[in-house]
Amino acid sequence: MATVTSHQPYHGSRFKTWWTILKISLEERFVYRGDFALGTLMRFLPIITQVFLWYAIFAASGKSQIEAYTKKGVVAYFMLTMISRAFSSMPGLCSGIALQVRDGEIKKYLIQPIDLIGFLLLTRVAHKLCYYVIALIPFAFVFFFCRGFFESGWPEASILCAYFLSLVMGFLLGFFIEASLGLVSFWFLEVTSLVFVYNLLNFFLSGHMFPLDLLPDWASQFVNLLPFQYLAYYPAAIFLGTIPPDQVWMGLAVEACWLTVFIIIARVMLNRGIHRYSGFGG
Amino acid sequence: MNIGFYLIVFQYTDSIGKGTGWGRDEFFVFLATTWIINSLVQTFFMPNAQQFSELIRSGNLDFALLKPIDTQFVISFPRVDWAALSNLFMGIILLSYSLYQLTTRIESPLVLDWRAILMYPFYIACGTIIMYSVMITLASTSVWLGRNQTLYNFWFYITNFSRYPMEIYQVGWGIALWAFFTFLIPVLLVVNIPARIMARPLNTMTSQMWQLASFAVLATLLCFLFSRRVFVRALKSYRSASS
Repeated sequence: MATVTSHQPYHGSRFKTWWTILKISLEERFVYRGDFALGTLMRFLPIITQVFLWYAIFAASGKSQIEAYTKKGVVAYFMLTMISRAFSSMPGLCSGIALQVRDGEIKKYLIQPIDLIGFLLLTRVAHKLCYYVIALIPFAFVFFFCRGFFESGWPEASILCAYFLSLVMGFLLGFFIEASLGLVSFWFLEVTSLVFVYNLLNFFLSGHMFPLDLLPDWASQFVNLLPFQYLAYYPAAIFLGTIPPDQVWMGLAVEACWLTVFIIIARVMLNRGIHRYSGFGG
Repeated sequence: MNIGFYLIVFQYTDSIGKGTGWGRDEFFVFLATTWIINSLVQTFFMPNAQQFSELIRSGNLDFALLKPIDTQFVISFPRVDWAALSNLFMGIILLSYSLYQLTTRIESPLVLDWRAILMYPFYIACGTIIMYSVMITLASTSVWLGRNQTLYNFWFYITNFSRYPMEIYQVGWGIALWAFFTFLIPVLLVVNIPARIMARPLNTMTSQMWQLASFAVLATLLCFLFSRRVFVRALKSYRSASS
């Protein structure tokens, strides 16, 4: 009985701590809202060059369709990967963790009742929430302006649900992959080149650069075994209906498995890392 | 990785744009040129431009101003990022490989013209100067904006337009983009002119292309002078940041 009552305030205070962290991070983020909105609009600029590039490719190939994509379909794909990336990209997470390990700031998580991964996750959630609130206007504007590229219109409700689920899981997967990478710094201290390789692979294998369906068969079989596709390609492909509806949920289940694997990896690494860590100085 | 993308693209098409002449190997000459110019800029100018913004923000520019030598010169060259030079070698390897492919192919092989070989490095230099000018202009704006963390983003978005053959923009309203990035901010000339001269026979150059090539020289000069003006103006508005 005593244990139950002693747990009650503990959970309450933990929730309060998390809520406070989230609130502070949100306020911190909203300071630069103008810069944010402008930055978001700017992000669509590379898409313009992509549109021209793909129109030129289609014009030269003389085909109306390349694999599953029409000329407009490719543009829709790239616009949707922008949304996927808005969820799954984690700028500065990996290098941030590495820096904290190197300069000893990580000590604060050892002496304060805050969990490192939980804290970073919440800051990231706040960061993203704030980003979506402000980015909604430029995004809505661009998508409304370019609605002609979406030839098949809105998908049906169940597919839309799967789409949102894949975005949320994409966010979590992106977070835990990068957190695990950052935690490697307990062993290596410097992870810049590791991050570089990861970003390169991510750019190519996530479908950010081109629709993964264009890969030759042997390569796409290999890429399908990796978790990268869930960070950009998979949500976009669900929305566009490139993935048959009966296979969508299977794919999400595989994504959930990947997510679990990386959550466990991040946890184990943090545990082992902290045991290895020695903080010197004051 | 870029190469991988274009290899996939060229599985589905013979060239980038219909009748533009940018087939696989020609385009790889283009890509190699992009790498060479980018690596030159990133090795010699990028670290210095970033440093310049930082000097303005922190007020340490005072030390550069005190020296009895041209300030733009002093802040443009002190740092060299040797690691970025590796892309230069990659570019040269890709250039050699695709030129080899072009000159030894059975169907209408490319004959290397000595004029092209002379003009290529010249236009690479012009391109690098244009890029340098754009960069120093952007960096100078830190004087008015206080801090300029988005410098790199701006830089990326602007130069992004220079990465593809200019022919792809010459459809529909792309013409406006083409004109903007050819005449106002001439980043489209940076890679296009040297790559065009090297990748395809000179006698197939249209008179419009020759005009653009001559304009590129003028544009280089104008860009440099403009960036110099902005730089000097920026220095005049500079108020030190320390006590």
